Amino acid sequence: MQSMNVLEQLAYYFAHNGMYVLEQFSRHFLISIYGVLLAAIVGIPIGILIARYRKLSGWVIGIANVIQTIPSLAMLSIIMLGLGLGVNTVIVTVFFYALLPIIKNTYTGMVNVNRDVLDAGKGMGMTRIQVLRLIEIPLSLSVIMAGLRNALVLAIGITAIGSFVGAGGLGDIIIRGTNATNGGAIILAGALPTALMAIIADLVLGFFEKRFDPSTRKAKQA
Amino acid sequence: MTLLTMSHLNKIYNGNKAVDDFNLEIEKGEFICFIGTSGSGKTTTMRMINRMLHQTSGTIKINGENIAKMDPVKLRRKIGYVIQNVGLMPHMTIRENITLVPKLLKWSEAKRNEKAVEMIKLAELPEDYLDRYPAELSGGQQQRIGVVRALAADQDIILMDEPFGALDPITRESLQDLVKDLQERLGKTFIFVTHDMDEALTLATRIVIMSHGKQIQVDTPDNILRHPENEFVESLIGQERLIQARPSITTVGQVATKAVSARETQTLKEALGEMHTKRVDTLLVTDDDGVLRGFVGIEQINQFYGTGKEIGDIMDRNIFYVKEDSVIRDTVERILKRGFKNVPVIDHDHHLVGIVTRATLVDMVYDALWGESDKPDNTEAGDKA
Ligand SMILES: Nc1ncnc2c1ncn2[C@@H]1O[C@H](COP(=O)(O)OP(=O)(O)OP(=O)(O)O)[C@@H](O)[C@H]1O
Ligand SMILES: [Mg+2]
Repeated sequence: MQSMNVLEQLAYYFAHNGMYVLEQFSRHFLISIYGVLLAAIVGIPIGILIARYRKLSGWVIGIANVIQTIPSLAMLSIIMLGLGLGVNTVIVTVFFYALLPIIKNTYTGMVNVNRDVLDAGKGMGMTRIQVLRLIEIPLSLSVIMAGLRNALVLAIGITAIGSFVGAGGLGDIIIRGTNATNGGAIILAGALPTALMAIIADLVLGFFEKRFDPSTRKAKQA
Repeated sequence: MTLLTMSHLNKIYNGNKAVDDFNLEIEKGEFICFIGTSGSGKTTTMRMINRMLHQTSGTIKINGENIAKMDPVKLRRKIGYVIQNVGLMPHMTIRENITLVPKLLKWSEAKRNEKAVEMIKLAELPEDYLDRYPAELSGGQQQRIGVVRALAADQDIILMDEPFGALDPITRESLQDLVKDLQERLGKTFIFVTHDMDEALTLATRIVIMSHGKQIQVDTPDNILRHPENEFVESLIGQERLIQARPSITTVGQVATKAVSARETQTLKEALGEMHTKRVDTLLVTDDDGVLRGFVGIEQINQFYGTGKEIGDIMDRNIFYVKEDSVIRDTVERILKRGFKNVPVIDHDHHLVGIVTRATLVDMVYDALWGESDKPDNTEAGDKA
């Protein structure tokens, strides 16, 4: 192995540990997705709520901001004190980091829905729930999507660090590389798929973000 | 039957009266225009009708039923509402926009589609626009959709808050025709806020003039032009429009001046004396009750002077006169064509009330056609008013 250059070593690693890398890739992906989904389930309603009751928004976004400033390793360690080693600790950490972009974007999206459109909706006899379902959410969907996109990219990075608490994922491969002498190729074998995952997630969600943007709507046959 | 009764409405915003004791009864099929300076409470008053705002005090009844006791959502679905800035849903097609209220009312899809087609025709737009999005329509086309959207569920009452603001005059006029037609043909009741006096005068059956939350004058366009309540109303109408409208609303009686007259039983000597002091060459002749009988000129007096006759014996009974409540516009041509210097004006019982002079009429016609400042381009606007 010593005689090969890094690229050859990398190819060799993938050829011999392909299944393992794939396994860690999907594990990594799932941890990130679970964290972001949880954050969406909690964060989107919070965002909607603070858009309705604007006075709360300063507080809520402030708290989410503070959470964001805690270094991820510190956050992992703190949560580990409560939940111990393992996957759950990482999912909860991802959850906390994903909250801010999701809440903030949901709030921004809702607040920026054109007042005239809301007024017209109410004036035509929509109930509050119908205003939310038929106007506010569809019109802020693209901004909410942008929040989810930020959150997911962030989550993929945090999950990589999460391997330190024994959650597995592509971070595991990176740690192996750092432990081995001349482990550069192994580090790459973990890092490259991580980066790839982040880029793909960004592109895919970016595509949906555009699709949901009401200002780009055009008649199908036109 | 009274459709809408608004009584003693007040709306107070942190101590300021935005609406101050507003009272109005609206009949079915009326076209009411609210007009007034910015901040005079027009929007606030209008939005209380569909409970977008709640009044501080006062009641609103529709068909005798207090709206405060109705479900606001159901109420709004029964009242068409066009907000000032159109407010089309950008994420919905024109079809979905038009049939939004029918959808909320759970009409079947077939019925909704039928309605959409009917409405797009009413808006005078091609049917394939139904599948477009609002962003693909021009501003004027969007406003058309905004207007017909408020009609799609067959609402009988339609509120419109400056619906044609910022439109070019041609589009504006065709939209005005559209709503006027709906009111006249389908008997819809409109409450319409505007800043444009011309628009109010063209459309309204009654105009509500507002200032600082108060109703200054509530009347038909004709009556408002004829008797502006005060200087504020006059300034709102504009001096030019008042002048232009004058021949069509001013009655002969309003411009009549005092007539020089004599009674039939008076002597020619007395008549001559009267002519001399008033410096005229013709006298109108009335009986003892003031009923117009004829006229006598200086030539006749000269001819019969000293014959002992009374005025009644020698006067010319073939006299041209106009009634005091006829409108100048309808009489001016007759008067001018006959070449009289002045024409007597009588009331219903043929009592002489005064005369109109040729000079007065010429002044009025001149002002109406050319405006006070001799602007020839005012003629077109004059035709409309
Ligand atoms: N939400 C509010 N809070 C406090 N004051 C208000 C509010 N809405 C309106 N007002 C005040 O009430 C008054 C009437 O406002 P309104 O919107 O009815 O005026 P308007 O006649 O429609 O004017 P415009 O022609 O400019 O639309 C104004 O002085 C305005 O400042
Ligand atoms: Mg207004």
